[in-house]
Amino acid sequence: MGSVGAKDVPELLDAHGKRIDGRGLHDLRPLKIEAGVLQRATGSAFVEWGENKVMAAVYGPREVHPRHMQQNTKAVVQCRYNMASFSVDERKRPGLDRRSQEISKVIGEALESVLFVEEFPKTSIGIYIEVLQANAGTRCAGLVAASVALADAGIPMSDLVPAVAVGKIAGKLALDLRKEEDNYGESDVPMALVPRSGRLVLLQMEGHMTRDELKTAMDMGVKGCEKIYEIQKAALRNRYSLGGNGGGEAQ
Amino acid sequence: MTNEVTTEILATHVLDLAKAGKRLDGRGLDELRPVRITPGYVTSADGSALVELGDTKVLCGVKLEPGTPFPDTPNAGVLTTNAEIVPLSSPEYEPGPPSIQSIELSRVVDRAIRAAEAIDLAKLCVTPGEKCWTCFVDLHVLDDSGNLTDAALLAAMSALKNAKLPGERFEIGPTVPLEVNHLPIETTFVRIGDALIVDPTCEEEDTCQGRLTIATDEAGNVVAMQKSMVGAFSPHDVIELVDRALVHGDRLRELINTTK
Amino acid sequence: MKERTIVLPGEELNAGEFQPGPGTYRADGRIYASVAGILSIRAPIVRVIPFSGPYIPQHGDVVIAVVKIIGPTYWLVDVGAPHYAPLHYSGTPWKIEYGECGEYLRPGDAIVVRIEAVDQNQRIGVTMNGDGLGRINGGIIEQISPTKVPRVIGKSGSMIRLLETSTGARMTVGQNGRVWIDGSQSSIYQVRQALQIIDREGQRSGLTDRIKLFLEQSHSA
Repeated sequence: MGSVGAKDVPELLDAHGKRIDGRGLHDLRPLKIEAGVLQRATGSAFVEWGENKVMAAVYGPREVHPRHMQQNTKAVVQCRYNMASFSVDERKRPGLDRRSQEISKVIGEALESVLFVEEFPKTSIGIYIEVLQANAGTRCAGLVAASVALADAGIPMSDLVPAVAVGKIAGKLALDLRKEEDNYGESDVPMALVPRSGRLVLLQMEGHMTRDELKTAMDMGVKGCEKIYEIQKAALRNRYSLGGNGGGEAQ
Repeated sequence: MTNEVTTEILATHVLDLAKAGKRLDGRGLDELRPVRITPGYVTSADGSALVELGDTKVLCGVKLEPGTPFPDTPNAGVLTTNAEIVPLSSPEYEPGPPSIQSIELSRVVDRAIRAAEAIDLAKLCVTPGEKCWTCFVDLHVLDDSGNLTDAALLAAMSALKNAKLPGERFEIGPTVPLEVNHLPIETTFVRIGDALIVDPTCEEEDTCQGRLTIATDEAGNVVAMQKSMVGAFSPHDVIELVDRALVHGDRLRELINTTK
Repeated sequence: MKERTIVLPGEELNAGEFQPGPGTYRADGRIYASVAGILSIRAPIVRVIPFSGPYIPQHGDVVIAVVKIIGPTYWLVDVGAPHYAPLHYSGTPWKIEYGECGEYLRPGDAIVVRIEAVDQNQRIGVTMNGDGLGRINGGIIEQISPTKVPRVIGKSGSMIRLLETSTGARMTVGQNGRVWIDGSQSSIYQVRQALQIIDREGQRSGLTDRIKLFLEQSHSA
């Protein structure tokens, strides 16, 4: 969260209620998903969402390393969310910092909630997310990509998982924050939905919201997720109906 | 996911093919896989390029930031090359500190850039002994389908060529294109029996008897080499490969120079 | 919902009266897809034939394995499942003394074996005793998605016959998606190319015609 009231705070909403990139409060940034983009991975997907570029790959089920992580009754989901050093304005030191480790954990747990992990005891399912270019919302973009990569790998799951953040800018709730809105807005609530059950498997919050605002924010997030879900499905359908690499796209 | 399972019979088949002048994927012994360069792929970097060499994919991002010159080179800027072979790139990835492969990869790429004097480090000095530009060349391996080195240097040079020195952002003068004075290109060969083949796939790397990377510049000089993996080359082999590397180098330099 | 439609994880199959088979699950009295694939209804079972997915060993499967580790009375072999499988020396046609396994099969050797036992943890045992089983010499092994194996075999083996007769190569298709191809260099190359088409486009209709066309074109080339 940014420094509210600091110098050079951009005007996040204009007189007509338009956001700095011209969107309305309920609009998603353009989202494009392509499934099956990497040759060596078991499953993969690439997501271009606004100015975010995120690649995800899935390997397994395979032997667990290190061995002591192995579980007798289910597969271990090993998720790694990593940002390329050049994905942000100020070069990031290579490797996982504490933020990336936390995000890896919550994304892994969100996805494990829909995986039939008990079908693959004593194995591991590796989910690898690389953020190549970041502009707010990369954990959601990573989760959206990883979910499509898991389906591309043929790992049984109860549903695809769309994700999006809802935030508050200039006192109004807004869907799918971009960088300036994330930095200078009042709050941020990333969430991931299991559309079939209507339940959230990832939910984080930072900033200030009233109870009623949070309720509305979740409504907006669920509606946004439903749109993203359709694009995830289109990406998979395209991959298989065309035979080659396929993509889903929406404005 | 079609690929070969590494077995003794694979090694024998690759060897028999090489004797007949053929390869697993149908290429000639001196034929590169299709190369695709996408400069400016990442806008958060000061310069970037995605290189696809067959199925191999390497993304390079260049970042320029103010720093301090090294005490022994007070009049020069700093160049740092780093390669990450991230776990999505192949099933062989093992968790832990940077693998020895990624360290070798970054060093071999770095050596070619430095030895060719691709970047004039003196021009990256702002105040001698106090302030200079640090140029980070970060390589991100997305798909390791063989011959990472050649793809990585192609990505690095393309990224440097479209990089901007962000003077305005750091209030150190105007933002200007980074000057690239020379264009080193690496060409990697492996030995399969008596055959010396260019641009190996991972199956060919797995079954080879030695790998040699040769970096050339546009003046026809050899500027860096690296022999790696178990196996050997005769001086005669090396000279033959230098001749071949010069031809591939010129073609790839042409490609970088004409890709916008 | 119609047969041969593409379904995706989480999609309801509107098949409440059927029993959920592979690639599906039941929740709240309804049946949903758990993988991306083609819907198949064979009363009383509804299933989804997956486009991709791991090899799940089944008792009786003939698979192509690679020897990884030599033990005193057994080898550990990779069958493309998450764990190595033991091949005990009694499961071979050879009379082997204790500690001499390495004289018969070495790491990197490829063998055709049959899955004998699968326990609840998907630990498996394999044997090399039986028709068509044994060590592989020559040729090459190509890995395709295990879910595409039925397409490589074709109806009553029709696809294998087509590939073998038009190229002159010989093939053994393992249920684990590994295909042993032996023959001349050019025939092996042709079969590999054809397998790549099947791996990529195996879910589309008209596959046989597509492969026939490919083989004709590669002959005239």
